[in-house]
Amino acid sequence: MHDSGDIKIPIGPQHPALKEPESFLVTLHGEKITAFNVKIGYNHRGIEKACEERTYIQDVYLVERVCGICSHSHSTCFVQAVEEIAGIELPARAKYIRTIIAELERIHSHLLWLGVAGHEVGFDTLLMYAWRDREVVMDILALLTGNRVNYGINTIGGVRRDIKTENIQEVLKGMDILEERTKYYIGVAQGESTLIKRLSGVGKLSYEDAVRLGAVGPTARASGIERDVRHDDPYAAYSEVTFKVITDKHCDVYGRTVVRLKELLECYSIIRQLLKKLPEGPVTIKAPRKIPQGEAVSRYEAPRGEDLHYVRSNGTEKPDRVKIRPPTLANIQAVSHMLQDSYLADLPIVIAAIDPCFSCTDRMVALKSQHSRKKDVVLWEKLRLDGIAWHRKQGSDFSALNKKLAKNLER
Amino acid sequence: MLKAFFHIFIFPGLLFLFFFGLLAEYLDRKICARLQNRIGPPWFQPFADFLKLLGKQDIVPGEADTTVFKLMPILALTATVTAYLYIPTWGSQAVYSFNGDLIVVLYLLFIPTMTYFLGGWYSRSIYSMVGAVRSLTQLFAYEVPLFLTILASALLANTWSLSEMTHFYAGHPGYWAFNLLGFTIALISLLGKLEKVPFDIPEAETEIVAGTFTEYGGRLLALFRLSMDIEMVVVASLLAAVFLPFGLHLPSWACFIGYLVQVFLIIFLISLLRSIFARLRLDQMINLCWKYFAPLAFLQVLINLILKGVLS
Repeated sequence: MHDSGDIKIPIGPQHPALKEPESFLVTLHGEKITAFNVKIGYNHRGIEKACEERTYIQDVYLVERVCGICSHSHSTCFVQAVEEIAGIELPARAKYIRTIIAELERIHSHLLWLGVAGHEVGFDTLLMYAWRDREVVMDILALLTGNRVNYGINTIGGVRRDIKTENIQEVLKGMDILEERTKYYIGVAQGESTLIKRLSGVGKLSYEDAVRLGAVGPTARASGIERDVRHDDPYAAYSEVTFKVITDKHCDVYGRTVVRLKELLECYSIIRQLLKKLPEGPVTIKAPRKIPQGEAVSRYEAPRGEDLHYVRSNGTEKPDRVKIRPPTLANIQAVSHMLQDSYLADLPIVIAAIDPCFSCTDRMVALKSQHSRKKDVVLWEKLRLDGIAWHRKQGSDFSALNKKLAKNLER
Repeated sequence: MLKAFFHIFIFPGLLFLFFFGLLAEYLDRKICARLQNRIGPPWFQPFADFLKLLGKQDIVPGEADTTVFKLMPILALTATVTAYLYIPTWGSQAVYSFNGDLIVVLYLLFIPTMTYFLGGWYSRSIYSMVGAVRSLTQLFAYEVPLFLTILASALLANTWSLSEMTHFYAGHPGYWAFNLLGFTIALISLLGKLEKVPFDIPEAETEIVAGTFTEYGGRLLALFRLSMDIEMVVVASLLAAVFLPFGLHLPSWACFIGYLVQVFLIIFLISLLRSIFARLRLDQMINLCWKYFAPLAFLQVLINLILKGVLS
């Protein structure tokens, strides 16, 4: 306690509201938040570096484990980049299957989020209902891929399992059940007064702020930004289906809920279209073990927003550099802004509303000196320069590109 | 002397309340679970939880005030059990009654909330302290409508004694219907008293872990939980005595069964309410109580005052 009446409350690293170890230090004046500090780094696993030490095929399984929920997003994003470098053109059926799994993953992620959001505002009944219905899509995923979480369906040059004709009916049946349930949840979100009270007007993020802070995914779309990689830069089979990019003008947590729920309805329609048009043919083509020299950036609309992978190859069977920019890293900046002048009670739901995945986001910022064993906090700028210098030594020099970019920006 | 001992420790005192309270917790958890599409605990789960907690080590935080920290659960339990003696259960007559026992019961029921505050405050943990302040702030919001509705019912009966109130309503069978508005408000305010959703703000686990009880464990937590269970039964009995006076002209044992049914009904309503709402924010809860419930409770007082004039 201070004399000013301000209380500092640590939320995390272990806290019931958080599903992953992260630390937030909240300064409270009464029930109002006056300052908010984020400390990440409890979940750092060094995956990018580990990728450089493994072959491309091993990396597919490694990046799949970046996140427990959008596992397919990361592996697809990575595989797309590698395929682009190697110049592999996928068979149509493989593209369709990838897209179907991607949409099923979006359904399970959004339903999971709905339950978590319910729990954060003390509405445990919603949690139980949403997670019960999530079992339907989990079962479908297990049916199609053999796994509930890390599907392991992607491989370089296609997918590892085909969708059997007899399974299509079951998937469609599941979609019907889920569509009915989702409509019910939309009704709940529009009619349940305590829920609306807790969600609307909380965690405001205006259109301008969302653009300025670079929000992605449902967080951006709930602020009225029509930004969806599936629509703007179609990958896999998205160019062959029609769907709406759901946006909302509420700019708050309620808007984010509505966007996610309405997106679910789009997911069902996409899956139905894809299953109807599912082309015949092989599901994979043989890819070389050694990927030719080159680099590629791959974008992917994960359930939480745009996922971005950069892969650079040096002609061997191991990548030279893998860089992952998960959606949470883009959205976490917006959270501090959303929390200005809000209540402690709103903190969990505002954090949860961007659907954060801290294990995706975690970055190492503290370094240990080799000689003195002293912990050293390194500023971002120095860390960045160190990184650039290290990669320059490895042979990847971006200074020419940077100059070009700066010139373009000046124009 | 022996009779007093029996009343205080066996029936309707501590032993009966112990089983009744844990049964009430079981019912609450089971009903809530079924409403949430879960299976729920087996019937002995609250007993098992209680025994398990009793076997655990008591840990008092280094910075906490040991005396207050250890005293509060006992005080909470004592207050709730004492309050129960003035509420009619076996027949329409409570074990002890005098004119004014209604006020005593209400203030005895105020003590548990105060112990949550003090216990939390003297834990010196940041979560406990926020929880403690919240439970006290919440107290000022729900007590007024709760007290006013009970006052309204007492006004109609023209007595401050719970036993006499039940006698009055037994003598005038239709009169309970006048108090329906009051019953609704009292029931919702009750959720605040029992710290259940939508008013479980003091122990909102996603914000402040377990609020007041964050630092409690072992036997002390067992006592606190027992006193909360008993509090639920006592407050439900109070509501049953004040607002649902059915079957009071029957023989004592039938009266007792009727009483049990009423309490179970109220517990069912509590479980229902707590599974269909989201947790409100503290400011929203205070707004709700002062803007809507308090005026409505005043309306009930007014109605009963007019009725009293008309009917007598």
